[in-house]
Amino acid sequence: MFRIRFHGRGGQGMKTASRILGTAFFIEGYEVQDAPRYGAERRGAPIFAYVRADKVAVNERGIISHPDLVVVSDDTLVGMPAAGVMQGIDQNTVLLINSHETADTWQQRLNTQAKIIILPAQEEIEDRAELPYIGSQCAAAAAALSHVISKQTFTQALTEELQHLGDEVVKQNLAVASTAFDAMAPHSGIVKESALPSATDYIKPEWIELPFEKAEISAPAIHSGATSVKVRTGLWRTMRPVINYEKCSGCWWICSTYCPDGAINVTDDKLPDIDYDHCKGCLVCVAQCPPHAIESIPEHIAKEKELAGAKS
Amino acid sequence: MTRKLLTGNGAAAWGARLALTDYIPAFPITPQTEIIEDLSIWIDKGEMDARMVTLESEHSMITAAGSAASSGVRVFTATSSQGLLHGMEMVYTVAGWRTPFVMINVSRGMSSPITLESDHNDIMAARDSGFLQIHCATCQEITDSVLMAYRLAEHKEIRVPAIVNLDGFYLSFTREPVDLPDAEKAAAFVGEFDPENLQFKGSAPLSQAMAVLGGGPYSYFRYEAHLAVQHALSVYDEIADEFADTFGRRYDIIDNYQMDDAEYVFVMLGSFATKAHNAVDSLRKAGWKVGLARLRIFRPFPKEKIRQLLKGRRAVAVIDQNISMGMGGVLHSEFATALYGMKDAPAVLASFIGGLGGRDISQQEFFEMINEIKQASDKGESLEPRLLYTENELTEIRKLQAIAHAEHEEIHQQRDG
Repeated sequence: MFRIRFHGRGGQGMKTASRILGTAFFIEGYEVQDAPRYGAERRGAPIFAYVRADKVAVNERGIISHPDLVVVSDDTLVGMPAAGVMQGIDQNTVLLINSHETADTWQQRLNTQAKIIILPAQEEIEDRAELPYIGSQCAAAAAALSHVISKQTFTQALTEELQHLGDEVVKQNLAVASTAFDAMAPHSGIVKESALPSATDYIKPEWIELPFEKAEISAPAIHSGATSVKVRTGLWRTMRPVINYEKCSGCWWICSTYCPDGAINVTDDKLPDIDYDHCKGCLVCVAQCPPHAIESIPEHIAKEKELAGAKS
Repeated sequence: MTRKLLTGNGAAAWGARLALTDYIPAFPITPQTEIIEDLSIWIDKGEMDARMVTLESEHSMITAAGSAASSGVRVFTATSSQGLLHGMEMVYTVAGWRTPFVMINVSRGMSSPITLESDHNDIMAARDSGFLQIHCATCQEITDSVLMAYRLAEHKEIRVPAIVNLDGFYLSFTREPVDLPDAEKAAAFVGEFDPENLQFKGSAPLSQAMAVLGGGPYSYFRYEAHLAVQHALSVYDEIADEFADTFGRRYDIIDNYQMDDAEYVFVMLGSFATKAHNAVDSLRKAGWKVGLARLRIFRPFPKEKIRQLLKGRRAVAVIDQNISMGMGGVLHSEFATALYGMKDAPAVLASFIGGLGGRDISQQEFFEMINEIKQASDKGESLEPRLLYTENELTEIRKLQAIAHAEHEEIHQQRDG
């Protein structure tokens, strides 16, 4: 059975990628299962989807814990534990990353035995949540790596899945998907099907008896907002608001009031300060600021600048 | 027949479409909403001749479903979890009216704490209502079961509403190949709804609902409803035969796999059974005599069939994806009731609670359940109920509690000044 997982951000089309690939396998005569796993159901937040394909009925269900292929549409997700990209990856897994960096760099950075292949990233665009056609490219690359889906079948599958968006959209997606399909030709067949786990020699589950604990410990009460601070929702951000303090009028805190996440604090100097650990990049503040003192810049560019700043 | 990839929700919507449903009272809730989205698109495009009304809550939705069915039209509706429980007063009421219609429940765990993922505590809450319950394991089974559910619910000797249950995420959002029944054949199989003496009409006032009754008459109607639900067992096989003849797929009350010579048996409901199916294959390869009995019809409860099926087996692992607080797995209790006092009943009837809130059950866990019941049976011992829960999962919760504890301290300090 082929077990394939797609990781991306909400808006990048990972559900669509899984459906295109699922349909392609199905046309090739495979039994198929494809499903998205909705996360925060929000643009920019990590999401994944998966495909299983086999010559016999697929009885396995749920999240793929040991993937044969993991496709990552956005390399900023790889290091984010909450995205779960690296879950269950071992030496038999192929990891396909859309990245400007080399396979060697990722191999060293991740210290993994997985086989890493780079899907050459297209030209950089501002908002990563809008990476155009990346879903189709990921699906095409996965299809090519499996070696069992012809380009003709892939074209048919993509057309079926995107037809409702109109001919022009299908055409544009096919063009970029075709390039991605061809780019994977040297690696075609690298993804191997894996078998069902054996019952002869299996690792026993580490079951425990759940102890009885008093209500103070075991009741799922949240008493204050203090715990939510630990969840860094700022990782969902693909666009970053930046305050130009020279333009900031020090008003009655319009930006901090409008911020739906309470991620803009007011300092002792009576100036707004954006908490980037929790700002999701909705840009409501940018729209509301009367003196236009808040700009938006692509998150990956802001990060690069930060890194450059740290080095110098 | 057309074979295509459909999600469980899509398969449910197709069931309603192929059954030529007339009226769909609706209210959205995750993970069910796609069903009513599909239906609304078809109605909008004129592909389906039905009337959809969005109500202000599930309580009104189920009232509308029962009322419409009692006016003689074919009704379909769908809900999940909190929605089903919000409408629970009317779940019991419309079943008492003896109005036939089909409702999908997409199983999702109950609050609190809140989850969006699959677990059977929602559907178990409707267990005693008078609705029939069909539980599905695949997307194919969902479309097929909706068609069969109408036949069963509208059967003249029965006439009660039916719930077709499918698991959230594991089926609702999962696409699988589905052989769509031919529309004409499906229409012929389901047939026209003959409401007989159900003729509730706004323009012609009639007394339709029940009066306030004392214990004697009340007992009569309640027990008659119970007998009607039980009677569904005897008419089911006929409907299943006809379905198999028409569409080539056979669905029994209990879906048995490798049961002929099985000494050790998994018993369960729902889509996790396909995972158990794989586990049976692996265990058989390793030399174990293992089988799987998945209950498809949960209400009525097929007590006699269960007794025949489990007679002489060495040990049974009942997997409950639900928990009755203060008692344990509901299915386990019901199997114990069915088997009590039977000669040659399995010596070990073990209870495993697994899959709460969509928690996965690994293949290794299926293997280990069989290993545990075999060991207990070899030693002549019984097994304590077990929650499928690992050390790693406890570590995870300890991390969360450590954070919460820090917060507790903060609150105490603030309070104590």
